[in-house]
Amino acid sequence: MSLTPLETGLPPLEEASEVAELGSARAIEGRSPLWLALARLRTDRMAFLAAGAIILMALLAIFAPLISAATGHDPLNPNLLTGTNSFGQPLGPGQGGYILGTDNVGRDILVRIAYGARISLLVGVLSTVIASVAGTIIGVIAGYYGGWIDAVLARLMDTVLSFPYVLLAIVLASVYGPSLSLTIGVIAFFSWAAIGRIVRGQTLSLREKEYVEAARSLGAGNLRIMFVEILPNLVAPVIVLGTLLVPTAIVFEATLDYLGVGVGPPTPTWGNMLADAQGSGFQDWWFWIFPSLTLLITTLGFNLLGDSVRDALDPRTERIFAMRRKSGRGGADGADQEAEERLLGEAQPG
Amino acid sequence: MPDPRSAASSGVEAEPSPAPRPAAEPLLRVENVVKRFPISRGIIFKRQIGQVHAVEGVSLEVPRGETLGLVGETGCGKSTLARCITRLYPLTSGRVVLDGTDISTLSRRQLRRHRRQMQMIFQDPYGSLNPRRRVGSIIGDPLAIHHVADGAGRKRQVQELMEVVGLNPEHYNRFPSEFSGGQRQRIGVARALALRPSLIVCDEPVSALDVSVQAQIINLLEDLQGEFGLTYLFIAHDLAVVEHVSDRVAVMYLGKIVEMAAVRDLFSSPRHPYTVALLSASMIADPDRARSTHRVVLAGDVPSPINPPSGCLFHTRCPKAQPICSVEAPALTVQAGDLAGHVTACHFPVAPGEQMRGAEAEVRQAAADFAAAPLGEAVEGAG
Ligand SMILES: Nc1ncnc2c1ncn2[C@@H]1O[C@H](COP(=O)(O)OP(=O)(O)OP(=O)(O)O)[C@@H](O)[C@H]1O
Ligand SMILES: [Mg+2]
Repeated sequence: MSLTPLETGLPPLEEASEVAELGSARAIEGRSPLWLALARLRTDRMAFLAAGAIILMALLAIFAPLISAATGHDPLNPNLLTGTNSFGQPLGPGQGGYILGTDNVGRDILVRIAYGARISLLVGVLSTVIASVAGTIIGVIAGYYGGWIDAVLARLMDTVLSFPYVLLAIVLASVYGPSLSLTIGVIAFFSWAAIGRIVRGQTLSLREKEYVEAARSLGAGNLRIMFVEILPNLVAPVIVLGTLLVPTAIVFEATLDYLGVGVGPPTPTWGNMLADAQGSGFQDWWFWIFPSLTLLITTLGFNLLGDSVRDALDPRTERIFAMRRKSGRGGADGADQEAEERLLGEAQPG
Repeated sequence: MPDPRSAASSGVEAEPSPAPRPAAEPLLRVENVVKRFPISRGIIFKRQIGQVHAVEGVSLEVPRGETLGLVGETGCGKSTLARCITRLYPLTSGRVVLDGTDISTLSRRQLRRHRRQMQMIFQDPYGSLNPRRRVGSIIGDPLAIHHVADGAGRKRQVQELMEVVGLNPEHYNRFPSEFSGGQRQRIGVARALALRPSLIVCDEPVSALDVSVQAQIINLLEDLQGEFGLTYLFIAHDLAVVEHVSDRVAVMYLGKIVEMAAVRDLFSSPRHPYTVALLSASMIADPDRARSTHRVVLAGDVPSPINPPSGCLFHTRCPKAQPICSVEAPALTVQAGDLAGHVTACHFPVAPGEQMRGAEAEVRQAAADFAAAPLGEAVEGAG
């Protein structure tokens, strides 16, 4: 309770600030917990590696049109003339100027992977942002107000978490037709509750803090308490949860594509490419291995980065995730979830 | 003759009027405040299975510019009373009159402007400051909430406040974790001072601090009292601190005030056996007084506030208890031979100069009786 966990792994701040008092305006700025976490993150090699992988994918996504222009290969149009050999079969990596080879209709796999990165990152990040915002707001409201509001919202979160989401995605896609926005919507809809549940647990303990009482004694209203007092304390856990949610969303999107209920087939996405590869019987290895690899690298990158961010923000939360790994699950059964929320709660500084 | 303008606008714009009140009107008057916390079971269908009698009918007054010390053992309801006065908790019953206005029934919105007059300093200098916010914005909170100042104006005011409480104004952008315990409590003081309140309720403002720092904070509070004409309700369980800061002292036991007097009076001639015990326990540590004081050791634990004793709440531990004590609750009145402001709730107050001789032995006996009682009842019940 006395020191924030962020301080525990760092040199004593008190001494540092005494030195700073001698005049450096920079130090007087005050080091926010997030700033300290960033400083800690900079010393983490794994974080660098993970961030490197993510940046690589981001560059691929950003420069996809350039790659397409430079190679002269279109991501969409079949190219049976130069993109396949004389038997009409896909070209292997390196053949005919195709670095990663072509697919069964002669499209450049590299170009398609680059365009696919756009979809994957867009869906992954956007649905996570939507889910985080919604989950945080709903979680804070449930935890702060308690009572019947909490009872209703908590029940809603449980319901969403136990929904057969692939089934619903298939139904929605067949009703509205597969589309990018629908995919993002579906993923966000099934992800917010995971964040909401943990945020709710955190809020339950945060609202009992003395500084909340202090704010109330000053005349602060509920909205102000939620946004000014409670929310800043949720930023760290939500960042961690969000970073770990991105890879889940990316895999989710690829799964929907693979099943044909995500972003429709002509669009180059990693999931669509895998579905195409399956359609051709997985005979040409480059056909499926490259999209699989990029998918793996991206999700691994986000997962490792998430782990590092979490450790940087608060070394004590490690226990929670160790527990989660041990029980080998993405979601949670009741008892574990409770223990987890308790730990997250006590790991909160202040 | 009331100011006609303020009379005309009082219905709408009830800014605290600067018109001087009659000298007799205390800044804070607490009348018969009762606070009980229900204990309930069940999640959906809550059933109440009992209640915690945290505050049981407390009345007190704090005149403008004075300090009322409130002492008592842990769990006797001091913080609960403080939170009732500052309306952090709704009252079960009773009234809190601040500067002539009964604030105990005001709605949240009506209460807002009265909050400007009444601030609170909390016990825990760590828990009462949000670790994720910069101290500048923490201290500026009251100014922001009450729309007193924004932007540069607020920053200037906050930095002035920081200077007033002895903080370096350049540390405006730091986080609470970058300060020591004493400095943090100064932040809490600055926040309480921001709106220039007339009353500050201090809930054990120094008990979480190192002894060396306690004196600094107490001196700061005293200086500020002189400078800004503040009125304090000062809660503590350290009697030395209370003796130092208070004009009057109230002693609380199990949610009730058992004795209240001017500080001199109370410390020199305590009348309630509980006060005597409390004083003797603290003075034994003071070598000057240890010689002249007979140590009174209270036996047994404080009874549970869920199931408080009948009659005088103290009778289960009182060395002077008589049969009537467990039947009839004594009223808080001026006892024979006491000064006007000295009230005690006791059937058999300790006479001035009376040493509670043999108190220890009696107390032990009382404790033994007390410990045996439930067992005896249980045996009877079984038989
Ligand atoms: N919110 C609450 N709900 C239920 N019971 C409470 C609550 N707050 C306090 N109590 C109970 O009321 C009684 C008085 O508590 P309070 O915190 O006012 O004591 P205190 O005199 O301030 O003690 P301390 O010196 O430890 O701060 C205690 O028995 C406590 O358990
Ligand atoms: Mg208390």
